[in-house]
Amino acid sequence: MPPPANLWWSLISLLVLLGLWHLGASFADSRVLPGPLVVLSVLIEGIGSGEILYHLAVTLARVAASFVLAMSIGVAVGIAMGRLLGLNRFLDSWLIFFLNLPALVTIILCYVWFGLIEIAAVLAVAINKIPNVVVTVREGARALDRDLDEMCRVYRLNGMARLRHVILPQLSPYLLASVRSGLALIWKIVLVVELLGRSNGIGFQLSVFFQMFDVANILAYSIAFIVVVQIIEWFGLRPLEITLNRWRR
Amino acid sequence: MSSLQVNLRGKTFPGVAQAPPHHALASIKLTITHGQFACITGPSGCGKTTLLNVLAGLDHDYDGEIHLPLISEHQQPVIGYVFQAPRLLPWRTVEQNLTLIKDRSASTADVGELLSLTGLTDFCHAYPERLSTGMQRRLALARAFVVEPDLLLLDEPFASLDEPTAARLRLLLLSIWRRHSTTVIFVTHDLREAIQLGQRIIRLTGAPGKVDLDMPIPLNPAERLDTQVIEAWRTRILQPG
Repeated sequence: MPPPANLWWSLISLLVLLGLWHLGASFADSRVLPGPLVVLSVLIEGIGSGEILYHLAVTLARVAASFVLAMSIGVAVGIAMGRLLGLNRFLDSWLIFFLNLPALVTIILCYVWFGLIEIAAVLAVAINKIPNVVVTVREGARALDRDLDEMCRVYRLNGMARLRHVILPQLSPYLLASVRSGLALIWKIVLVVELLGRSNGIGFQLSVFFQMFDVANILAYSIAFIVVVQIIEWFGLRPLEITLNRWRR
Repeated sequence: MSSLQVNLRGKTFPGVAQAPPHHALASIKLTITHGQFACITGPSGCGKTTLLNVLAGLDHDYDGEIHLPLISEHQQPVIGYVFQAPRLLPWRTVEQNLTLIKDRSASTADVGELLSLTGLTDFCHAYPERLSTGMQRRLALARAFVVEPDLLLLDEPFASLDEPTAARLRLLLLSIWRRHSTTVIFVTHDLREAIQLGQRIIRLTGAPGKVDLDMPIPLNPAERLDTQVIEAWRTRILQPG
C-alpha cells in the first residue's frame, strides 16, 4: 500500500480525472462518450449479473497460465544463457528473432497450426513474453557473484540449495522487474488472443461491444480489469518485494 | 590419513586485453603432514591466495600435481575455507548461513555452540550486512568450522580486526584445531601471528611465488603466548642467512 500522504495525492488526482471526464461527457452528450456515472451503473449491473466476474475470471485464468509458462521457461533459458557462453552465442539470434516477431503473427500462426483451442491461445501469449523474460534474467545471471560461486564450490552446495539460497536471491530484482512488465504485457496480449479466437473472456466481450458500439460497457470492463491488476500490485507484488528486500541495509 | 602434497611446476594467469600474462607461482614443492598447522607468510602479491585457491580446488589451471589428504581410498577431504572477504549470503540470517552449509555436509557440529564460541548468539537472527566487519569475519570462521573440515584453509582471516578480538579468535582456532586433528594452512602477512600459531612457517617470495624459507616452530602453548619468545623467533627469521 502507498503511504497515506501518497494515497491522498492519488485520490485527488483520480478525482480530478473523473471530474474532467464527467465535464467532457456532459458537453459531448452522446453514446460515444458516456459519463463516469453511466459507466459505474453499467459496471455495478455487470457485476450484479455475474457476467463481468465470469469473463474476468476466464481472462485471469489465461493470464495466469501464460504467465507461469512464460516465467518458468524464460527464467530457465535466461539463467542458462547468462552462464553458458556457447549457448548464449547459439541462441542469441533466435532471441532477436522472437523479440521482434509481432504478437499478432504469433497468435495467428498458433491458431492456424493448433486450431482455435485453449492451448494455442495460452501458448501464443507465452511465446510473446518468453524473450522479454530471457533478456532480463540473462543480464542478472551474467552479474552473478563469482565469489559466492566459489564459496558454494568449496562447501559443496549443489543443485537446488544453490538455486534457492544463492542464485535466485541474486536474481530477485531482475525477476520482479520481469514479473511487473510481464503482467502488463501479458494481459494486453491475452485480450487480442481472445478477440481473435475465443468465445469468452474480456477480449471477446470487448469485440462484441465494439460491434454494438457500446462504449459504456467497454469502459466498464477495462476499469474492472485495471482494478484487479492494481490489487495484485498492492497485495501481491509490493509485500513480496518488501519481504525479499528485508535483508538490505 | 595421507599427507597433503604440493608439487607445482608453475601457475600463470593469461593476459587480458593489454595486460601481459602474469606468472603467479614458480615451482613449489611442499609436504604437509596430516594434522599439521602450517603458516604461509610473504609480501602481498607473492601468490599466497593463488596457492590457497589451487589447494581448495577452485583453480585447476596450473602445471603440476596436488595430492589432497585422502580420508579413505575414494573419499575426498572436507575443506573449510575462510576467504579474505567473508563471502556470506547477505539474504540469509547468521544462523541460516551456518545451518544451510552444515546440512549439506556429514558434520555433527553444534551450530549453537559455534555461535556462542564466536560471540554471535545474540545476533543469530540478524542479516550479515547489519553486522560489523569483525562479526562478519567471525561468522565466516564459524562457517569453516561447521563442516568439521579435514583441511582448513584460512586467508588472512583476522586482518582488520582489533587486537583483543583477533587474539581471542586465534585461541578459538587453536582449540578447535587441537580437538579435530585438522590440517590447517593459515595465510598471513603478520610474522608474529604466524609464529604464535604455526608449527611450521613457510615464507614465499615473488612474483612468481616460490618458497624462500621453510622452518619448524617447535614452541609449546605457553611459549606461544609469551611476546618475548615470539619477538626472539621473529628476529631469528628476519635475520638474513
